[in-house]
Amino acid sequence: MTYILVLEQILNGLQLGVMLFLMAAGLTLVFGVMGLINLAHGSLYMVGAFAAAAVAGWTGSFLLALIASLAAAATAGALVELVVIRRLYQRDHLDQVLATFALILIFSEGTRWLFGSFPLFLDVPSYLSGPVSLPGGIEYPLYRLTIILIGLAIAAGLFLLIARTRIGIQIRAGEADREMIAALGVDISKLYTLVFALGAALAGLAGALVGAIQSVQVGMGEPVLILAFVVIVIGGIGSIKGALAGALLVGMTDTLGGVFLPQLFAVFMDPASAASAGASLASMLIYILMAAILLVRPSGLYGGSA
Amino acid sequence: MLTRESLLNWAMITALLIVPLAAWSLDEPFIITLATKAAILALAGVGLNIALGLGGMISLGHAAFFGIGGYAMGILAAHAQNYEPLFEWPFLFEGSNQMPLIWLVAVVFSALAALVIGVLSLRTSGVYFIMITLAFGQMLYYFAISWSAYGGEDGLSIWVRNEFPGLNTLDPIQFFAIAYVILCLALVFAARLARSPFGLALAAARQNEDRVEAVGLTPFTLRLTAFVISGAITGLAGALFADLNRFVSPTMLSWHTSGEIMIFVILGGVGRLYGPVAGAALYIMLEHLLGGVSDYWQIFLGLLLLLIVLFARGGLIGALVGREKAHG
Amino acid sequence: MKTIRMLAMAAAIPVLAAAAQAETKIGMITTLSGGGAGLGVDVRDGFMLAIEQDGRDGVEVVIEDDQRKPDAAVQIADRMIQSEKVDILTGIIWSNLAMAVVPAATAQGVFYLSPNAGPSALAGKRCHPNYFNVAWQNDNLHEAAGAYANEAGLKNSFILAPNYPAGKDALTGYKRMYGGELAGEIYTKLGQTDYAAEIAQIRASGADSVYFFLPGGMGISFLKQYAGSGVDLPVVGPAFSFDQGILQAVGEAALGVKNTSQWNKDIDNPANTAFVAAFQEKYGRLPSLYASQGYDTANLILSALNKAEASDQDAFRAALQAAEFDSVRGDFKFGPNHHPVQDIYVREVIKEGDVFTNKIIATGLSDHADAYAGECKM
Repeated sequence: MTYILVLEQILNGLQLGVMLFLMAAGLTLVFGVMGLINLAHGSLYMVGAFAAAAVAGWTGSFLLALIASLAAAATAGALVELVVIRRLYQRDHLDQVLATFALILIFSEGTRWLFGSFPLFLDVPSYLSGPVSLPGGIEYPLYRLTIILIGLAIAAGLFLLIARTRIGIQIRAGEADREMIAALGVDISKLYTLVFALGAALAGLAGALVGAIQSVQVGMGEPVLILAFVVIVIGGIGSIKGALAGALLVGMTDTLGGVFLPQLFAVFMDPASAASAGASLASMLIYILMAAILLVRPSGLYGGSA
Repeated sequence: MLTRESLLNWAMITALLIVPLAAWSLDEPFIITLATKAAILALAGVGLNIALGLGGMISLGHAAFFGIGGYAMGILAAHAQNYEPLFEWPFLFEGSNQMPLIWLVAVVFSALAALVIGVLSLRTSGVYFIMITLAFGQMLYYFAISWSAYGGEDGLSIWVRNEFPGLNTLDPIQFFAIAYVILCLALVFAARLARSPFGLALAAARQNEDRVEAVGLTPFTLRLTAFVISGAITGLAGALFADLNRFVSPTMLSWHTSGEIMIFVILGGVGRLYGPVAGAALYIMLEHLLGGVSDYWQIFLGLLLLLIVLFARGGLIGALVGREKAHG
Repeated sequence: MKTIRMLAMAAAIPVLAAAAQAETKIGMITTLSGGGAGLGVDVRDGFMLAIEQDGRDGVEVVIEDDQRKPDAAVQIADRMIQSEKVDILTGIIWSNLAMAVVPAATAQGVFYLSPNAGPSALAGKRCHPNYFNVAWQNDNLHEAAGAYANEAGLKNSFILAPNYPAGKDALTGYKRMYGGELAGEIYTKLGQTDYAAEIAQIRASGADSVYFFLPGGMGISFLKQYAGSGVDLPVVGPAFSFDQGILQAVGEAALGVKNTSQWNKDIDNPANTAFVAAFQEKYGRLPSLYASQGYDTANLILSALNKAEASDQDAFRAALQAAEFDSVRGDFKFGPNHHPVQDIYVREVIKEGDVFTNKIIATGLSDHADAYAGECKM
C-alpha cells in the first residue's frame, strides 16, 4: 500500500464528508431552530438533482443547473414548510416522523410520475472533467476537488452567516430560547420558512453536485438521508459545528473502513472471503461508530441536552 | 362498562374473524391470506405499541426484532429441510419445522436483541433514541444482506410451511386461526400489562420521570423491561410473517419495515390497545384496493397518512370514538 | 360451518364451469413502482406487444406490481394461484423475488417462465419440471465476459461487484471462464453510489482491465466516476449496465465499453427486425434487453399453446421444452434443466445520432449452457 493511495483515500473521505455536511447542515438547523425532525430531507436532495438534470438537459449549462437545483429545492422546501411542516412544530417527534415519512412517499412517487422510472442524465461539465495532478504526485478528479472546495466554502459561509448576520443572531436566539425571539419582535413564521428553505437549498445543491457523478434516480435521497442522520446524531443535534465534525468523521470512517478492512482481513483469510467479510463489517462500521459515540456522549459530540 | 371504544374493539376483532370465515365459505382463499397478514402485522404493531404507546419510546428500529423472528424461522426450517445439523455440540440439533419451538426461539432471540439494543439506546432519549434505534436496525440489515450462509439479499425460501401439532398449516384458514389466536392472546396480555402496577408505573414514567423516581422505581429499568417485551412480541410476529410467506429476507429488517409497523400503530391510534389491529387492517385494505387503481398508489397512501397525522390525531379509532380516552 | 361451505361450493360450480371452457390465464408479477421499475415496465411492454400482435382470443394476462418487495410478490402469487386460478406465472425481475415465489408456485402446480432472473439454485438442485427460464442463468453473461477477456488478451483483471448473492455469482461466473491473474477482487456495499475509493484501488493495482457487475444506479455512478478519474483501463461489464434504458443516463462515459449480452437490436433475423420496429412504433423508444426477454417469453407461451392447453400439463411442458418459436435472438433451445442454450455476444457502446446504443462486435460464447445443469435431477 503506497502513501499516495492512502492520501487519495483521505481526499475521498473528505469529499464524502463535505457532501454529507451539506445534507446534515439543513437537518440540524431545522432541528435546532424549530425542534423538527425531517425525514423528507432526502426528498429535497432528490428534487435538487432532478431539477439540475432537467435544466442541464434544456440549456446544456451546468452552472444554470446548479442554480436551478438551489431554486427548486428552496421552493419545494418553502412550499412544504408552508403547507405541512409548520403544523408540526408543536407536535411530538412521533407525528413529525410519520408526517415526513408520508412526504417521502409523495415526493418519490410524484417524481416518478413526472420524470418516469428510468434514471436521468446529468454529467460533469467538460471544464471540470478529468484528473488534475496534485503535489505529491496524486492524480485526483478535478470535479471531486471542486466539490470539496465548494463544500468547504459553503461551510465557512454558513458559520459566518450564523456568527455575524442578523438572521444568524435570530437563528441562535431561536435555538437557545424559542419564546425569547418572539418577544424580540422577530417574525417567527417568516424565520422558520427561511431556515427551512435554506436547509432545503443546501440539500438540493448537494443532490445536484453528487448527481453529476452518480445516478439521478427516484429514491436516491434515502441512503444519504440515513447517513446524514448518523452525522447529526454523532455531532450533536442542532449544532452546525457538530454537523461538520460528524460529517468528516463519517466520511472518513466509511471510505477508509471500506478500503482497509478487507485488506486487514486478508492478513489471516483467503482473498475472496476477506473481501466479502471485510465489506460486510465495513458496511456496518459507521453504525458501530455512532453507537460507540452515543455510549460515551449520549447527546453527541457537540450536543447540549436533546 | 362498555365504552364506545371497547364496543368498537369488539366489533373489529369480530370482523377480523368473520371476514376470513366468510371468505372460506365462499372459497376465496386469498382473502384469508390477507386477513392472516393483517392479524400478523397487527401483532407486530401490538408489540411496538407497548414501547411506543405505553412507554413513550419512539423506536424506529423494530424491524430488527421483526427480522430476527423471521430469520429464527428461516434458519431453523432451512436446516430441518436440508437435514444439515445446525450444531452438533453440546447435542445434535437439526433445526426444526415445529412452529412452537420456532416461536420460542424467535421470542428468546428477539428479546435478547431488544435487551442489548435497549441497554445501549435507552441511555439516550428524544431524537437520539429514534436515531440510534434506526442505526441498530440498519446495522442488522446490512449484516443480513452480506450473510451469505443464509442467502444474503436473496433471503431464505422454505418450500413448505412449518408444522403445528394437530393442524394442517398449509390450509389458509387453519394458519389464520393460529395467527388470530396469538393476536388475541397478545391483546389480552397487553391489556393486562397496561393495567398492572408495572404498566401504571411505566405510563407514569412517560409523563413524569421524577414522580416515578420519588416512589423508588428506576425509569430506566421500567423502560428496558417494556422494550424487551415489545421486541419479543414483534419478533414472534416476524416468525409468523415469515411462515405466512414461507420466505424471509433482509427486507424484513429494512427501515421501511420499521416505518410501516409504526404506520399501523398510528393509523389506528397511538396508545390505544386495538390501534394496531385497526391500523394494520386499514393498511392492508388500502394496499389491496389502491394498488389496483394506480401504479402510483403510494402517493395516495402518503396523502392519507399525512391527513391523518395532521387532522385526525387519534387515528382511525380516535376518529370513530372521539377523544374519550387518549391513552389506555 | 361445513354446510355453509358446501352450499357455497354448490353455488360456485356453474361459475367455475363457465371459466373452465374459456381460456389460458397468465399472471404477470413484475416491478412497476419504486426504484427498478424501468426493468419491469420493459418486460411488461415487450410481453404485451407479443400478445397483442398475436391477437388470439382466450389468452388473458393479469398484471400486478410487486414493488420489488419479496413478501408482496409472494402474496400476489398466492392470490393469482388461489383466487384467480392462473395457469402460468411470469414477470419477476429480481433473483431474490424469484427465489421467494418460484418454488412455492411450481409446487402448487403452476408453470413459471422467468423473463429475467436466473438464480443458480433454480438451475441446479432446485430445478423443477414446471420452471422454465427464457432469459439466462445468472452466471451466463459474466462467463461470456471472462471468455472474452481471454480472447482479448487481458491477463490481469480487477473485478468488483456488490456484496450480495448475485454479486458473488457474477464474479464466480467471470472467474470460471477467465484464465488470467486477478489484480484485485472487491465487494462493494449494495446500493453504494460513490466509487472513489474503489477507483483509487484500481489505479494503484496495476491491472490491465476492469470487470464490474453493478446493476442499476450503481453502474451509472461507477461509470461516470470512472470516466472522470483519468484511469483509462478497458472496462468490461454485463449488458445490465449498458442497456437501452440506462445508457442515456450514463452518456459519454459508456462510449466504447464492451459488454456481454444474449440479445441486441442489430441481431439480423426477421423476428428481431420486426420486433424492434414494432416496439419503437408502439412505445416510442428503442427496446431494451428486458423488453426482448418479455417478448420472447410471450411468444414461447403462445407457441406452446398452439400445441397444447396449459391444463394438459405434460403436453404443454413438452411444447415449452421444444421451444418452437421465432426468438428475436435467432437460435433458441432449452437445455435439460429448462434453461437456455444460446449464443452470448460481445457488444460495444456506440452513438447513433443523439442516441447511445450498442452494436455486436463478437461472439463471446457459442451454444453456451449453464454450469449447474448437472446438478438438476429432473
